Amino acid sequence: MKDTLVNTEELLKEFEEKIENEIKIEPRDWMPEEYRQHLIRQISQHAHSEVIGMQPEGNWISRAPSLRARKILLAKIQDEGGHGLYLYSAAETLGVSRDQYIQWLHEGKAKYASVFNYPALSWADIGAIGWLVDGAAITNQVSLQRTSYGPYSRAMVRICKEESFHQRQGYEIMWRMMEGTKDQQRMAQDAINRWWWPALMMFGPHDSDSPHTSNAMKWKIKRETNDRLREKFINKTVPQAELIGLKVPDPFLKQIGEEQYEHGDIDWDEFWQVIKGNGPCNQQRLEHHIKAHNEGEWVRECALAYHNKSNK
Amino acid sequence: MTQLENQGPLWEVFIQTKAGQPFKHAGSVHAYDKEMAVENARDVYTRRGEGTALWVVPSSEIVAVSASESSSFFEPADDKVYRHPTFYTMPEGVKQM
Repeated sequence: MKDTLVNTEELLKEFEEKIENEIKIEPRDWMPEEYRQHLIRQISQHAHSEVIGMQPEGNWISRAPSLRARKILLAKIQDEGGHGLYLYSAAETLGVSRDQYIQWLHEGKAKYASVFNYPALSWADIGAIGWLVDGAAITNQVSLQRTSYGPYSRAMVRICKEESFHQRQGYEIMWRMMEGTKDQQRMAQDAINRWWWPALMMFGPHDSDSPHTSNAMKWKIKRETNDRLREKFINKTVPQAELIGLKVPDPFLKQIGEEQYEHGDIDWDEFWQVIKGNGPCNQQRLEHHIKAHNEGEWVRECALAYHNKSNK
Repeated sequence: MTQLENQGPLWEVFIQTKAGQPFKHAGSVHAYDKEMAVENARDVYTRRGEGTALWVVPSSEIVAVSASESSSFFEPADDKVYRHPTFYTMPEGVKQM
């Protein structure tokens, strides 16, 4: 076969035309290296977030207040593991192995959503996590269903179908507590007080300070900016809080239209501190993941030995 | 590209949502053997009764081709409009055909 020189300019033009015409990019298609690198970073971070996110909730399985609550929580956490797997499978189509992704996580080279570095202190936190953290994640993921990379988009469609139960179960917990005793109401208010701001930070820095936004928007990896998504989330969530008698812990929150709000300043110092590893649970989360991974080593070894033996 | 690494080889998962429907690609899983592959596929892709049947296929066994890699591959179909029913003219008054 005659070797042909690859004309990168031509390939880039084709790639950009596809993006322009809303044609999904598939794993075997040519793509600019920066596009691939952006996806590797974003999808793996997303996958790690799903898996690390199992920890604050897993903490409450054995202490759920009823059998019903326990079964729901188990199913929800199992979903999060499943979502991690959909996303690893999408990330692997970029030519990086799952082992490599996990190693980057363990080495601190890959990040996960900072929000999971906060502890789940009471049962109301399980409500607040489902309602606010999953609610923020859904806002982001609904938008990402239209991302330009085929495998990522398909994983998002699947995840969004499953997530809405997560948010509803969380809101139900909050609502029941608000219908309960004074103590329960105080617990619910305390939970929103602690989770509101970290949930808003999940959308990332303001557009003006977001290092990855412009390419991501140009190539339609992201379809809406951080600030726009954050606004959408706030506009949906504030009325939900008010409906059950919870106060949003933002003294500067102002209604500016029908279901439209302006929020007070976000504490970005805290955001960057937590990203840098100085949040309340960063070390614990990562150590736990490494421990679980290492303790599973013998299972992988056995399975591999069995595979090798039975393939002889 | 199936690398045998620490997580076992990669398998592609196809799910049939209802009897009689075609199997559709759902995603992939890692597993060390067939049995583990179907169980993992069940746990990952059918937690809400999405499937009545599923297939798993080692990713390395899949042979793929796409128009973008080989533009001539699908060309034979391009100039055969007479394969479509709309190519033909029918006399007025012909009943459903």
